Amino acid sequence: MSTVPAPRELTTRPRLSDRVFRRVVTAGGLSSLVILGLITVFLAYRGVEVLRQEGFNFITKSNWSITTDDAGNVVESHFGLAAMLVGTILCSAVAVVIALPISVATALYLNFYAPPWLKKFLIAVIDMMAAFPSILFGIWGFLVLMPSIEYWAKLLNRYLGFVPVFHVDAYVFTRSPFVAGVILAIMIIPIITSVSREVFSQAPLDRIQAAYALGATRWGMIKAVVIPHGRSGVIGGAMLGLGRAMGETVAVFTVLNIVFQVNWHVLFGVGGNVASLIILKFGEASPYEIKALMAAGLVLFVLTLLVNAIADLIVKTTGKSGK
Amino acid sequence: MTTVAPRKPWAATPADRLRDLAIFLLSAVLSYLVVAVTPAKGKLAYVGLFFIFYSVASGIAGWIKFGRRSAADLFIKTLIGLMAFVTVLPILSILTTVIAKGYRGINLNIFKTDMSLNAPTDPLNVGGLLHAITGTVILVSVALVLSVPLGILTALYITEVKGRFTKPIKFLVQAMSGVPSIVAGLFILSAVLYPITKAYSGFMASLALTILMIPTIARTSEEVLKLIPNDLREAGVALGGTQWRTVAMIVLPAARSGLMTAVILGIARIAGETAPLLLLSGGGDKVNPNPFHDPMGSLPYYIWKSFNAGSPEAITRAWAGLLVLITIVLILFTAARLLSTRKVK
Repeated sequence: MSTVPAPRELTTRPRLSDRVFRRVVTAGGLSSLVILGLITVFLAYRGVEVLRQEGFNFITKSNWSITTDDAGNVVESHFGLAAMLVGTILCSAVAVVIALPISVATALYLNFYAPPWLKKFLIAVIDMMAAFPSILFGIWGFLVLMPSIEYWAKLLNRYLGFVPVFHVDAYVFTRSPFVAGVILAIMIIPIITSVSREVFSQAPLDRIQAAYALGATRWGMIKAVVIPHGRSGVIGGAMLGLGRAMGETVAVFTVLNIVFQVNWHVLFGVGGNVASLIILKFGEASPYEIKALMAAGLVLFVLTLLVNAIADLIVKTTGKSGK
Repeated sequence: MTTVAPRKPWAATPADRLRDLAIFLLSAVLSYLVVAVTPAKGKLAYVGLFFIFYSVASGIAGWIKFGRRSAADLFIKTLIGLMAFVTVLPILSILTTVIAKGYRGINLNIFKTDMSLNAPTDPLNVGGLLHAITGTVILVSVALVLSVPLGILTALYITEVKGRFTKPIKFLVQAMSGVPSIVAGLFILSAVLYPITKAYSGFMASLALTILMIPTIARTSEEVLKLIPNDLREAGVALGGTQWRTVAMIVLPAARSGLMTAVILGIARIAGETAPLLLLSGGGDKVNPNPFHDPMGSLPYYIWKSFNAGSPEAITRAWAGLLVLITIVLILFTAARLLSTRKVK
C-alpha cells in the first residue's frame, strides 16, 4: 500500500533564510542611524564639561586660552567660538555667493546649450573635480591662486571700499576670508552644478515645447519655464554646497590666517573656521582643551547636519512638483 | 525630371558665418586695444574684456537682425558659455600646475625608499614616499572591508527590503554624506582612541574613513539597484526562490559592474582625505605594514608634512606627492566611468 505524501504546508510566513536575510539587511541599514547617534552622544559626552562651564559664552565670546600650573592642572580657561563661527559663516557665504551664479549658468549650459559630445565630456570633468582631494585645493589655492585673488580683492576694495563688508582696517589682503571663500567656491561648484542640472533636466518637456511653439527664444523659454520650475531645487543645491563649505578643514586651514578676533570684513586678512581651529589646536592641546575641541566639533556637526537636512527637504519637495 | 534640393532655412548662410567671424575678430581686436591703452593688465583682463565685447557685439548683431528679444537671447548665451568656461578653468589650472611642478620630484627612487632617514627638506634624490603609498593602500583597504558591506546592506534595505525605516534611512544617509571629515575624526578620537586603544594607528584612521565612505557607496549602489528591472526580481520569485536567493543570485550579480563603480567612487572619495588622518594616524615616516600598531604614514599626511616644512625641496616633494595622489584618483575615476557605461544585462 502506498502512502499518500503529507500535503505541503502553504504559508505566507517568510522562510527562515528570508527572515535572517531581512534581519541582517535591516541591521546594516540602521548603521547610518547608529553612527550618527554615536557621533552625537560621544562628542556631547566629551564636550559637556566645557559646555557647562562656559555656557553661552562658548558661542558668544571669542577668546581661546588655557593656563595650567606646573603639575598640569587647569588654573584658568576661556573657550569661545564666536570668531570661528563668524569666520565659518563668512567664508561659506562668500563661497556660495560666488559659486551659485556660476553653477546655475553651467547647469543651464549643460542642459540647453552644449552640443551632446561636449555635454558628456564636461559632466565627466565636473564629476571628477568633485573627487579631487581638499588638500590639493588648499595647496593649489595657496601657491597659485592667491596672488590673483589678492589682486581682485584690491580692486574690490578700491572701487567698492565704501561698502562696509569690503572695508579693511589695515592694508592686508593675503590669507583673508575672501581668499578662502573663493577656494571653497571652486570646491562646491561641482556639487551645486550637478544638483541644478538634475533639477533643470526634470523641467516638463511639454511646457518647454509650448514655450518654443509660442515663439520664445531660448532665454525666454528658460526664464518662463526652467527657472520657475527649478528655483527651489537650486536653493537646496546651494544649501548642500553651504554645508560642504562649512565643514571644510584642510583647504581653509592652508590659506586662512587664523586669529581669534571677530572680523566681518571679508577682504581683511584675519579669519577663522571651526574645523581649522580643531586642526590648529589639536597638536599641542592638553586633555581639558581637547574636551573644548570636542565641544567645538559638536557645534560644527549640529550646524552642518541642520543645513544638510534643510537642503535635503528643499530638494525633495521640488522633485515632485511642477508636473 | 528635376529634383528639388531640400532647403534648410534655419542653417547658417555664408553671410551669417562671415558676420560671426567679424564679431569674433572685432571683439579680439577691441580687447587688445583696451588692454594696450588703459592700465588694465594681464591674461585675465584679455579674457574678461574679450567675453564682454563678444557678448555685447553678438547682442547688437542680434538686435539689428531680429530685435530686442534676440539681443537678450544672444547676450545671455555668451554669458552662460563664459560661466561654463569659468567652471572648467580651475580644473585645467590644477592639472597643469600639479604636472608642471610635480614631475621634478618624481623619480624611481621615491617608489623604493621611505622618509625614515630623511627630512622633507633634504635634496630630492634621497628619501621617498613608499611608506605613504603603502600606508594609503592599507588604510583604504581596511576602510573598504568595513564600509562595503555596510554601504551595500543600506542600499539593499532601501531598494529590496523596503521596511518602515526606508525614508528615515534615506534621509540619514544623505545627512551622513554631509558629515565634515574632521568631525568623523574627532568622533573616533573620543569613542575609540582615548577610551580603548590610547595610541595612534592606521586602524583608527580607517574607522574614520569608513564613516565618510559609507554614504557614497550606499547612495551610488541604491541608484544602481534601482536600475535593475523588476522583471528579474519577479522572475526569481516566480521560480520559487526566496527573497534571499533572488537578491543573492539574480539582483546582485546583475548589478555587479554598477556596484564596482560605487566602490571605486567611494575609494576616490576617501583616498585624499586629510583631516582625520592628521588626528588619528600619527603619520609615521617608516614603512609600517601593520594597521593595528604604531603610527602609519599616508599620501595626504606626507603632502601635508612636506608642504608645512616650507623649503623649496619640501614643496616640490608635496607637489610630487599630489601628482601621485591625483594620478591614483584619476585612474580610479576613469575605471568607474568605464564600468558604469557598460549596460546592465
